Amino acid sequence: MSEQLICRNVTLGYEGNAVTEGMDFTLDAGDYLCILGENGSGKSTLIRALLGLIPVMSGEIIRGEDIRAEGIGYLPQQTVVQRDFPASVREIVRSGCLAKSGKRPFYSKAEKALAEENMERMGITHLAKRCYRELSGGQQQRVLLARALCSTGKILLLDEPVTGLDPKAQTELYELIRELNDSGVTIIMVSHDVSAVSYAGKILHIGNGKQLFFGSREDYLSSKLGQSFIITERGDTGAGNEGAETSSKSAPGELSKGKKAAIAAGTGLLVLGTQQAIHHYVKRGERNG
Amino acid sequence: MGEMIDKLAYYFSFPFVRYAMIVGLLIALCSSLLGVTLVLKRFSFIGDGLSHVAFGAMATATVISVSLKGAVSGNNAFAKWLTDLIENTNSMVIILPVTLIAAILLLKTGQNTKIKGDAAIAMISVASLAIGYMLINMFSASANIAGDVCSTLFGSTSILTLTVSEVWLSVALAVIVIVIFLLFYNKIFAVTFDESFAKATGIRANAYNLLIAVVTALIIVLAMNLVGSLLISALIIFPALSAMRVFKSFKAVIICSAVISVICAGFGLIASILFSTPVGSTIVTADMIVFFLFCIISKCLRRS
Repeated sequence: MSEQLICRNVTLGYEGNAVTEGMDFTLDAGDYLCILGENGSGKSTLIRALLGLIPVMSGEIIRGEDIRAEGIGYLPQQTVVQRDFPASVREIVRSGCLAKSGKRPFYSKAEKALAEENMERMGITHLAKRCYRELSGGQQQRVLLARALCSTGKILLLDEPVTGLDPKAQTELYELIRELNDSGVTIIMVSHDVSAVSYAGKILHIGNGKQLFFGSREDYLSSKLGQSFIITERGDTGAGNEGAETSSKSAPGELSKGKKAAIAAGTGLLVLGTQQAIHHYVKRGERNG
Repeated sequence: MGEMIDKLAYYFSFPFVRYAMIVGLLIALCSSLLGVTLVLKRFSFIGDGLSHVAFGAMATATVISVSLKGAVSGNNAFAKWLTDLIENTNSMVIILPVTLIAAILLLKTGQNTKIKGDAAIAMISVASLAIGYMLINMFSASANIAGDVCSTLFGSTSILTLTVSEVWLSVALAVIVIVIFLLFYNKIFAVTFDESFAKATGIRANAYNLLIAVVTALIIVLAMNLVGSLLISALIIFPALSAMRVFKSFKAVIICSAVISVICAGFGLIASILFSTPVGSTIVTADMIVFFLFCIISKCLRRS
């Protein structure tokens, strides 16, 4: 495993105002990193810095050989413009080759072949001539993934990829991303969705203008930060209430809803083991939703 | 029918009618090419704002030439030379740079804003309309101010009074626009569809946005001759919207919108000659009819 991306004590911000400080992490080829954080915690600033769109204020980001050569494949959040955009799937996937085509005005045969290959890989070859705006949310994300893969097959940065998808499509997309990771693509996924955690190998949690946690998923889940994050996020989506119901059987008393949920989640984690616990909660969330 | 053809043949024996046809079709082609991008990028109103700026610039150009002529009323050689120069200089020399600068400013204000993008556009366009009209009223030596203003706003006659040099200038500008569009087609597509992805893959999206704004300014200055400054947006927007109703790939939309625009301009020009209607509004009416036709077609397609 070679080191692909290293952040050394990086401070990020705009026009002299630091947004986040002390970012310090290493990413090896083939890793699956999940970046967690509240809105406004500096996630998007970090994305822009990793993509090389803004300079770091201090510290350094060291990029491996393949990133320097091909950059990072990027899956941005959907914009309003795209929702009614008249473009065929093939046109969009091909536009991922633009960085390779450089100053040439048209795509070469190799680039077109690469686009076809990535459509095949994402299972959207049969949609090639379809119009992007007529596809389902999950299919649209596959198209954008194929496009990102056209720019590089080494490392992908996904910005909240499951936002706005229904639970089934979310699970499918997570599985697809895991398959990509298994085939050797490094994944960086920004998310505030708890179920994303269960797929990741490493977790980076940022908030309050600094890096709160970086390490393996197992360490994160056993840390206080990890547990409280999972509980609050689950509570937001309504699964906490169900947690409270189950906990009232095992731990009766005059506890507030939040605490009950916390206890429930805690026991869940102990009893089932980390990964199963999260799956369990995800499933519950889906049933509730 | 035969009578109509005779009438057309008679009109087309005049060179200025042929010029009008050539320039009109080229303008229609250029504006429809860029129109798709402008509509999709939500830049339609930039086109509208710029056309008003172009009107203000046109008024300024007229006033400058009039007042300069008044200032050098002497009989010496210098005065004569200056008068000649003013008369031969195309007013485009002023209109083009002013519109270009406005295009760049509008784009910049759209990005990082104290005054929000649409408000900035509204402000600039209304201000230049007002200043333009005021200048013409105060300084113009012409006896028919209302006619002048009307012609600039709705382009009623200017397409038929093109000089040979103006025709060449228009042809050159049109060729530049088309070549730029073809060379940067893939990049324009990427920047239109997804700016953040384009930036991430190392495409200088801001540079291309600027290119789009500059080309739009070029087209607007060109199109002022054909349909007048108030109706330019229609020329840019209608063909694109019609094509987007029916076609599903970017390439097909572009090609279809170019075809619609050229056909409508051709029909509009011929109809305006035959029925002596104003050129600009006839072309826009044709575009509008096509738009409604395409709406109906898309409804039918969806149902089946």
